Amino acid sequence: MAGFFSQIWTVIVMNILSLPRRAWMSLAAVFAVAVVVAVLLAFLAMAKGFEKTLAGTGSDKVAIVTRVGSQSELNSVLGRDTVNNLTTAPGIAPDADGNPIYSSELFVIVDGIKRNSQTQANIPMRGIFLEGFDLRENLTIVEGRAFESGRNEIVVGKGVQQQFEGFDVGAEIRFGKTAWQVVGVFSTGGSAFESELWADAPTVQSQFQRGSSFQTVRLLLANADDVTPIKEFIDNDPTLNLDVQTEADYFASQGEALNGIAIFGWAISIVMGLGALAGALNTMYTSVAARAQETATLRAIGFSNTSAFAGTLAESMVLSIVGGIVGAFAAWLFFDGFSASTLGATFTQVVFSFELTPELFANGIQLALAIGFIGGFFPAWRSARVPVVTAFQGVE
Amino acid sequence: MSDDILFDLKGVSKKFVKGKDTITVFDGLDMSIARGDFLAIMGPSGSGKTTLLNMLGGVDQPTGGEIWFDGSRIDSLSENQLAAWRANNIGFIFQFYNLMPMLNAERNVELPLLLTKLSRSQRKKNIAAALELVSLSDRARHMPAEMSGGQQQRVAIARALVSDPKLMLCDEPTGDLDRETADEILSMLQLLNREYDKTIVMVTHDPEAAKYAKRTLHLDKGVFVEKDLAA
Repeated sequence: MAGFFSQIWTVIVMNILSLPRRAWMSLAAVFAVAVVVAVLLAFLAMAKGFEKTLAGTGSDKVAIVTRVGSQSELNSVLGRDTVNNLTTAPGIAPDADGNPIYSSELFVIVDGIKRNSQTQANIPMRGIFLEGFDLRENLTIVEGRAFESGRNEIVVGKGVQQQFEGFDVGAEIRFGKTAWQVVGVFSTGGSAFESELWADAPTVQSQFQRGSSFQTVRLLLANADDVTPIKEFIDNDPTLNLDVQTEADYFASQGEALNGIAIFGWAISIVMGLGALAGALNTMYTSVAARAQETATLRAIGFSNTSAFAGTLAESMVLSIVGGIVGAFAAWLFFDGFSASTLGATFTQVVFSFELTPELFANGIQLALAIGFIGGFFPAWRSARVPVVTAFQGVE
Repeated sequence: MSDDILFDLKGVSKKFVKGKDTITVFDGLDMSIARGDFLAIMGPSGSGKTTLLNMLGGVDQPTGGEIWFDGSRIDSLSENQLAAWRANNIGFIFQFYNLMPMLNAERNVELPLLLTKLSRSQRKKNIAAALELVSLSDRARHMPAEMSGGQQQRVAIARALVSDPKLMLCDEPTGDLDRETADEILSMLQLLNREYDKTIVMVTHDPEAAKYAKRTLHLDKGVFVEKDLAA
């Protein structure tokens, strides 16, 4: 048995050592696998970053109430009476004076110019009361100050400032016929709120002809993750056609709609992977042909078919692993932390960062190994099965 | 079968099918090779000498007849059984040396020993002895590309004899060498035959090379004509 493994090991080492003789072809195979892995990881990092941004946005201590049937904040409408009625529900955490802690908000869409493409894109603008700031975790004003009530002032999310032109503190910006002063920049630790503009709610209602209506109400829950009392309150009042869920659940469901990014990434990578597979097969068949005499000599000496098979397969796997590592490294170099924005479920831009996790690296290497295994298997089979005499004659 | 007979071929035939044609190389060939023989096989191209050598080495199978080696029939062995049989009994020497270009001399010589159960230290001793026998101890760490043709063939001889096989099969061993170097190699084979009792079968085109053998068989269209050329 020792001889069995030592002969396999010897053939593997010899094949690896002989790679420089087929340098260009080997490099082409490595490059093909690297590109496939880099593309896959770019898509997966995008999906991961998007998922993380949305997952980090919602809190399970806050309930979000929307009109029944509205799939997002954008197409919900709540009248002031509804809001007033709703805030009498049990299960809402009270402030020091015993009043319920809530934030009624509205949501409009404005245009901005993206820095990288110079194209117009939608930005969500949230009308909010200053009390609503307390319902966001990790909120800090990183530059300037908060808006003042009754004034055309906005604070901009950090993501908006990075991705769009003209939102520096002190700048004036026009939406339609109204001008707004940028007075501050806020951060919420990378969540989707950073993709928004915030302004005083009554001012937004006035400037965008929204009357006294809102779109959502956020309620601080008395007990984290427990919306049951509020739900029961809504169910028992036929005038309230409302949905209630935790903010965490709300954003998780918004994120699911974009799981397609990862699926698309896998689909395109598999298609490209087939191309890389063809390259790997070509490389390995060439390698088998180039080593035909060496393989035949070893088999004449007494080396087994298995060693010839293992040596060819190992060569293919090594090339693919190198390609996988190069591709993963390139993806990390170019995409990890790369900031981008895409359309969210509200048809507005959500700014997020690509994130390459160890799990995604493992996915990339697994794909590379799969290409290497399939790309090496058939040439290895040929290498092992060609009769020694045929191999000596150099006839396939 | 006599104890002195190492190889015995009985009614061996070998036919190739090429399209609609069947090419017969051997048809009922009988042949014996004694232990300690040094046999040269000569003949024109296409006479079947390399096919015969391949069948003796178990890398090609006859289409009929029997091949016996040291009392055991080998023509019915499986491919893996034949590989193991070659590892234990045969040393090959090729016209173009067939050294592994990425391995140095001692690593090339070690290859047949990797198929044995010898320890690393024992393998090292055997490699050193084989390289000393071919006067290449000082080239042990040299790569094939750093050696002359004659030196490479001597490494190939060391590789063929390092596992102490019963039979050495040589396919045009001097076909790629100049006369002087060829004589060195042939003298070495003669020494192995005379001093170390190695049985050698050598295929060659070269009548000068054949003179080093104890006897020469002339093969023509699959039939032997024996001439005793031994001095």
